[in-house]
Amino acid sequence: MKLKGLADLDEVKREGLRLLYPDRVKIIVGTATCGMAAGAGKVVETFRRVIDELKLEAIVEETGCIGMCQKEPIVTVYRPGQTKLVYHSMTPKKAEELARQLAEGNPGTQNALGQIFREKALLSGEERVLGKNGGSAPLSEAPDLDEIPFYRKQLKIALRNCGYIDPNDIRHSIARGGYYTLYKVLTEWKPDAVVEEITKSGLRGRGGGGFPTGRKWRSCRDAKGQHHYIICNADEGDPGAFMDRSLLEGDPHSMLEGMIIGAFGIGGDEGYIYVRNEYPQAIRKLTRALEQCHEYGLLGDNIFGTEFSFDITINRGGGAFVCGESTALMASLEGQVGEPRAKYIHTVEHGLRDQPSCLNNVETWANVPAVMGKGADWFTSIGTGGSKGTKVFSLVGTIRTTGLIEVPMGISIREVLEDIGGGVREGHRFKAVQTGGPSGGTILVDERGATVRTEPATGAYTVGIMPESLLDLPIDFDSLTEAGSMMGSGGLIVMDETSCMVDVARYFLRFLAEESCGKCLPCREGLRQMVNILDRICEGKGEHGDIELLEELGNVVMDTSLCALGGTAANPPLSTIRYFRDEYEAHIYDKNCPAGVCKALIAYGVNAEACTGCGLCLKACPTDAVFTRKPKAGESTPKLREGRDLHDISQDKCIKCGACFEACTFDAVVKE
Amino acid sequence: MATEAALKTDIDLAPAEALIAAYMDNREATIALLQDVQKHYGYLPRPVLELISERLNLPHTQLFALATFYRAFSLKPRGRHLINVCTGTTCHVRGAPMLLEAIERECKCKAGGTTADGRFTIETVNCVGACALAPVIVIDEEAHGRLTQAKLKKVLDQYK
Ligand SMILES: Cc1cc2nc3c(=O)[nH]c(=O)nc-3n(C[C@H](O)[C@H](O)[C@H](O)COP(=O)(O)O)c2cc1C
Ligand code: SF4
Ligand code: SF4
Ligand code: SF4
Repeated sequence: MKLKGLADLDEVKREGLRLLYPDRVKIIVGTATCGMAAGAGKVVETFRRVIDELKLEAIVEETGCIGMCQKEPIVTVYRPGQTKLVYHSMTPKKAEELARQLAEGNPGTQNALGQIFREKALLSGEERVLGKNGGSAPLSEAPDLDEIPFYRKQLKIALRNCGYIDPNDIRHSIARGGYYTLYKVLTEWKPDAVVEEITKSGLRGRGGGGFPTGRKWRSCRDAKGQHHYIICNADEGDPGAFMDRSLLEGDPHSMLEGMIIGAFGIGGDEGYIYVRNEYPQAIRKLTRALEQCHEYGLLGDNIFGTEFSFDITINRGGGAFVCGESTALMASLEGQVGEPRAKYIHTVEHGLRDQPSCLNNVETWANVPAVMGKGADWFTSIGTGGSKGTKVFSLVGTIRTTGLIEVPMGISIREVLEDIGGGVREGHRFKAVQTGGPSGGTILVDERGATVRTEPATGAYTVGIMPESLLDLPIDFDSLTEAGSMMGSGGLIVMDETSCMVDVARYFLRFLAEESCGKCLPCREGLRQMVNILDRICEGKGEHGDIELLEELGNVVMDTSLCALGGTAANPPLSTIRYFRDEYEAHIYDKNCPAGVCKALIAYGVNAEACTGCGLCLKACPTDAVFTRKPKAGESTPKLREGRDLHDISQDKCIKCGACFEACTFDAVVKE
Repeated sequence: MATEAALKTDIDLAPAEALIAAYMDNREATIALLQDVQKHYGYLPRPVLELISERLNLPHTQLFALATFYRAFSLKPRGRHLINVCTGTTCHVRGAPMLLEAIERECKCKAGGTTADGRFTIETVNCVGACALAPVIVIDEEAHGRLTQAKLKKVLDQYK
């Protein structure tokens, strides 16, 4: 059915609402990539099977991710007239049990993360109260999901529908207000006014650079050409970032609606989505979403029956990080090798096929319907002076609650790490957080000697004795840049004392050296030389002067590279040298890796006092380096269990694979 | 050159012809065509590249430039199952390098190579976007999260 007007849209919305809130039990399983990696596929299968066996009148639905990736598989249970129950860490066994409980009308509280009392759709503005008087009695102790620390400080604009809809069904999006903004824009707005409104909103690109979106749109609209191309950058090459993947897998329609609105404002006639090949699920969902848009007349000729026509094609990337760069991306779209070109030719005027082209990131596009639907004034009321709205981050690394979050700009990094992420893992010390992708900086340091303490009230771990440091920096484009890092696309990677900063710098540089397109000499050769130096340092062969040489080379590469890959590549070594110089020095002068990461500088051993003789290490060792022995005279072995032998490691045979370290549950295997 | 001749006779070019036909008028879509070829054959066989070059009137060098620039392409045949070890930042700090070595030991094959029995090809990928479950490996599009060396063998055993 092709939608022609508001009445059609309303009808689909009513249908969608019936699907979102049916008259029977609905079991919703998060099956985005993170869910699948945690085993959601088997959970879905189990529900389908058990429901069949029990002849339970229930629907099993698949959705995206609500952000708590670490606690996947996540299952939400909808029961008509009652609160939604959200369960975490599901397994087929737990799923079977839950289905049986549901058949008896009494779902258990085990593994309940929380319950949802009311659901508000940002764009339709409609709020639905789910459970009267707080829902069913046995679950009254499950907290309000919005109130648990992970969610309390979040504000979802781009992720407004993720985890709440079936991304494969356009009716679900429409039920939450999707495509209404597009209708309003196409029927009530002039293109110029659309560009004006985006400019007024202060929206800045979420792909890394933070370029004002309105200004980009204006230059593109004003540029002369036969065609105007609208492009979505869904390459997401940053290792450690998965915001775009989550959005595409959880709610492709919000991004598509943004692109269509953008096309109308800019005067675009053709659209492209450049999505990375490593995201097969995102590609499948986008493909499905485009089909549905065609079916409903939201893409193609005469959208909503108006004069406006626009269409979108998906292009799969070939797995080259540099293709995320705008000019390289366009070259790749043209079927060429993805080499960046000089920026003095602006892509907004001479981009794809030499035509005016407007390229924005997935998250940027997903913000557009919200800005247009709720107005620039609403948008500017959120965020800071120079950075409006929210930013999506993937909060990962050695933090207690990892996942995908969306927070208003201006929130401090400390709030994100401690209040939302719950601080570093139990028993560990916070060391650094890395922002801005491989070419961003590693910032926030100075926790040497800081202890981790438990806050009794919440049970959350926070980092104590925090000196005056960068942790209180507000998250916004400008302050992060000032601190020597950058917002980047939104990966926040937390590291504790088990991460070696020299190794991390080497990791990023090696990545960038491999991904350099090789067009300019300083980037191609300079990065490789820096990797060689870092390799030497990590192998214990560092020499006096290496640090200075790294700094010098880094500055040359940054100053003389053509594109931003080389232009920011030295950030990781430079910022780690700046803040962790002593770690570099320990490697070079003491031949010691304080974090116990660099293989050449560590040895595994067994702490006799802690060893129970359980033998797990022996089983794990691939090279028979672990052997058993009787305690030596005078050796204290308080934990050694009766009838067992102590275990030890033969340094000759050990290949330092770490399997024994991983296997020992008594912390008896130690790195020296 | 005996091996090359053998390769040539091994490859059924009919599917390639059909794939090329779909892109006949669109030279921009060479990457998409190569992706389709890669999907069908599991890699980019040389005779197919030659065929594309001939049919689309493209220089060899251009096709090889594309085939070697983009990670998604392989010029060598791959095993029955493709193991992609995620080496993204989070996986890295959570032990991916040691996991990769364990896989290499278990399969007796280095990253980039294929096991002697053709069962696995081992490759690395920069990030699969499932960082919260690091370290992650992907086998034939199926992701396995929170992997440890101890669990590795059981996971690999699922793929024959
Ligand atoms: C080496 C390199 C890689 C990049 N990778 C991406 C990417 O994966 N996704 C993205 O949206 N932007 C990426 N960018 C930034 C884009 O070039 C471009 O600035 C952005 O997509 C513009 O969209 P925005 O204004 O909405 O942020 C990259 C830039 C460079 C230099
Ligand atoms: S800086 Fe590096 S990636 Fe960028 S164009 Fe030059 S060689 Fe290529
Ligand atoms: S590090 Fe690996 S090789 Fe060495 S003793 Fe432990 S398990 Fe064996
Ligand atoms: S696994 Fe740990 S406790 Fe058990 S024998 Fe080995 S070192 Fe001792």
